[in-house]
Amino acid sequence: MIELTKDKKLYTVTVFSENTPGLLNQITIIFTRRQLNIETLSVSPSALKGIHKFTITVVTTHDMIEKVVKQIDKRIDVLKAYYNVDEELIFQEIALYKLSTEKVLEMGSIESLIRRYDARVLEMNSTCIVIEKTGLYEETQNLFDELSQTIGVLQFIRSGRVAITKGKVERLSDMLASLENAQ
Amino acid sequence: MNTTIQLSGAHALIHSIIHEGTDTIFGYPGGNIIPVFDALYDYYNQIHYVLGRHEQGSIHAAQGYARISGKVGVCIVTSGPAATNVITGIGDAMLDSTPLVVITGQVGDTMLGTDAFQEIDMVGITQPITKWCYQIRRPEEIAWAVARAFYIARTGRKGPVVLDFTKNAQNALVTDYRPEKCTFIRSYVPVSKPNMAKIEEAAQLINQAKKPLALVGQGVLLGNAEVELTQFLEKADIPAGWTLLGESALPSDFRLNKGMLGMHGNIAPNLKTNECDVLIAIGMRFDDRVTGDMNTYAKQAKIIHFDIDVAEIGKNIPVDVPVLGDVKTTLPLITQLLKKTSHQEWVNSFAVAERKEKELVIEKEIHPKEGAIKMGEVIAKIADATHNQAVVVTDVGQNQMMAARYSKFAQSNSFITSGGLGTMGFGIPAAIGAKIGAPERTVVLFVGDGGFQMTIQELGTIMQEKVGVKMVILNNNFLGMVRQWQELFYHKRYSSTPMQNPDFVAIAKAYGINAAVVGEREKLDNAIEAMLSDDKAYLLVVNVEDNGLVYPMTPAGTCVTNIIVNGEKIVL
Repeated sequence: MIELTKDKKLYTVTVFSENTPGLLNQITIIFTRRQLNIETLSVSPSALKGIHKFTITVVTTHDMIEKVVKQIDKRIDVLKAYYNVDEELIFQEIALYKLSTEKVLEMGSIESLIRRYDARVLEMNSTCIVIEKTGLYEETQNLFDELSQTIGVLQFIRSGRVAITKGKVERLSDMLASLENAQ
Repeated sequence: MNTTIQLSGAHALIHSIIHEGTDTIFGYPGGNIIPVFDALYDYYNQIHYVLGRHEQGSIHAAQGYARISGKVGVCIVTSGPAATNVITGIGDAMLDSTPLVVITGQVGDTMLGTDAFQEIDMVGITQPITKWCYQIRRPEEIAWAVARAFYIARTGRKGPVVLDFTKNAQNALVTDYRPEKCTFIRSYVPVSKPNMAKIEEAAQLINQAKKPLALVGQGVLLGNAEVELTQFLEKADIPAGWTLLGESALPSDFRLNKGMLGMHGNIAPNLKTNECDVLIAIGMRFDDRVTGDMNTYAKQAKIIHFDIDVAEIGKNIPVDVPVLGDVKTTLPLITQLLKKTSHQEWVNSFAVAERKEKELVIEKEIHPKEGAIKMGEVIAKIADATHNQAVVVTDVGQNQMMAARYSKFAQSNSFITSGGLGTMGFGIPAAIGAKIGAPERTVVLFVGDGGFQMTIQELGTIMQEKVGVKMVILNNNFLGMVRQWQELFYHKRYSSTPMQNPDFVAIAKAYGINAAVVGEREKLDNAIEAMLSDDKAYLLVVNVEDNGLVYPMTPAGTCVTNIIVNGEKIVL
């Protein structure tokens, strides 16, 4: 689990940008320069055509995240960058677990495990079973820990965080309209 | 040029650059940019092309040109080693907010990523040190990319832009070329609209202030806001110090000009930084060479920060009232809210430190009675001989600090130096660019024996272009600033700082440049007069004392009031 201290919190940085090449690099080097390790990163097209959304989590101080977000926002092709703490967000991660079919059969049943973790089975064949679990970091980690201690996990992958703010709808389109009006 | 025409990508590039108002280009040709240089041949009557002797020289010349003229400096070089040779200049321009468009050649698009001959990932390298960089891979992108590059370079907080131009795009024909004009990018807000609430808050603080102090940075020069600044300072009677890059924004004899800030600045404005009640930063960025230890910096004061760049607000020093925007706009808005005031007692209180500095440092430096020639003496004499009208260009080190301290300016935008990056070797080429950008003015370069040799090859550019720069080597046969640190902080262990120098006069003469050497005080005035007697290039080598020190000095990372003179801390 991510180490937090009194001064340092987990911040989720959201960046909307034009879909121009090299932008991911431009953003990540800003973290590197300030000696910050990115915990998770997820990049995808946003709801608006041609605009990409980056969701980045990082552990740092409030003072530092303010500065870093300003530096990101300053990049020419970045439309908007902002940060939130967990209390302001709804967020999820997704994890996939590959298990040995043979080991699962030895165990007998995994029904209760699937139910307890609200996981689901994606694939089942003679060699492996793939389980998917969405949830918070702790939840996907707990399932990993339990599986590791019982059946054993052949492969494990967890996505970066995806997040939306609780407060209000994402008003990027409004912001774009106001930017266009400023012309 | 408004009709649609069919051109090669290389011709389209030159067309677009001319369309942006460029008439001077600096650079150096090579394999992956040959088509552009071939196209340039067709535009010799519209473009003055300045061939350097090394790409680093070319880009520093473009910087000097941009700084003096206010135009975007343009530098065109080839790929690979040429591209990496301009990196220093790009980084320098980034830190000093100099508008540049740098065009580098690149291998053809099918070769990209294959480690082809003279291929280097220029976009990848320059992303952290440019305002924007872009690889043009198709000729159809040229008009858009060039227009965008110039717009980004010269708006908002100015800075360098790189266009990496693949060879296939240079050669290919573009069928419906038309130069574009960029005036808007939706993801880019160059200047924020003034926030009147913040301006009123700042005005209120200043109106209540008993001991206000202004810090003037290059933002005033970049924003052409010198008049607005003096009106602001006069109305509320605010004394002002300036950063290295803010030098000449205020005339030297202006009543409220209290001198240079920072490590080798004047005693008074540095001490007063930790005495004032309201500190007003104007277009400056609280560089560590200005602030010293940031934890003890102006803690007693309310801080107002005028800047164009939101990322500078609170970056180094916490700010009470930020005023975002162009100082040319925001300064008049706040001036009209200020009460006409006098802070006579406060303004006069600077005189104590000024007298002390004059007695302990300045008089000894500029009017020495005996011994070898001193650096400050040379600079003060040349300021007098040019009636404070010259453009002063410096290299980096003791020559730079001495030039900053002892030059005098009657005209704005007259001091060109590498501030943020501190690039030795900047001097000769930047002076070339400055003279080309302001041919009617006297351009004097102060350079050390070390820095001179870093870009000495640009004497060839001076020869070929007949650039009338006046170069003054302050020759102490040492890398003086490092020597100074060694003397003060490293137990006088002069590791790698003594220099055996060539016959600089003979070298200059080999390039057809008039030159002389002087080492005796009584011959100095005549030597300076001889240098300034015509408008041709000239090298004056002044053999100065070999153990000169720049004082005052605030050792790096210590409190702004920890000012050392002649080895002792100043106590008033």
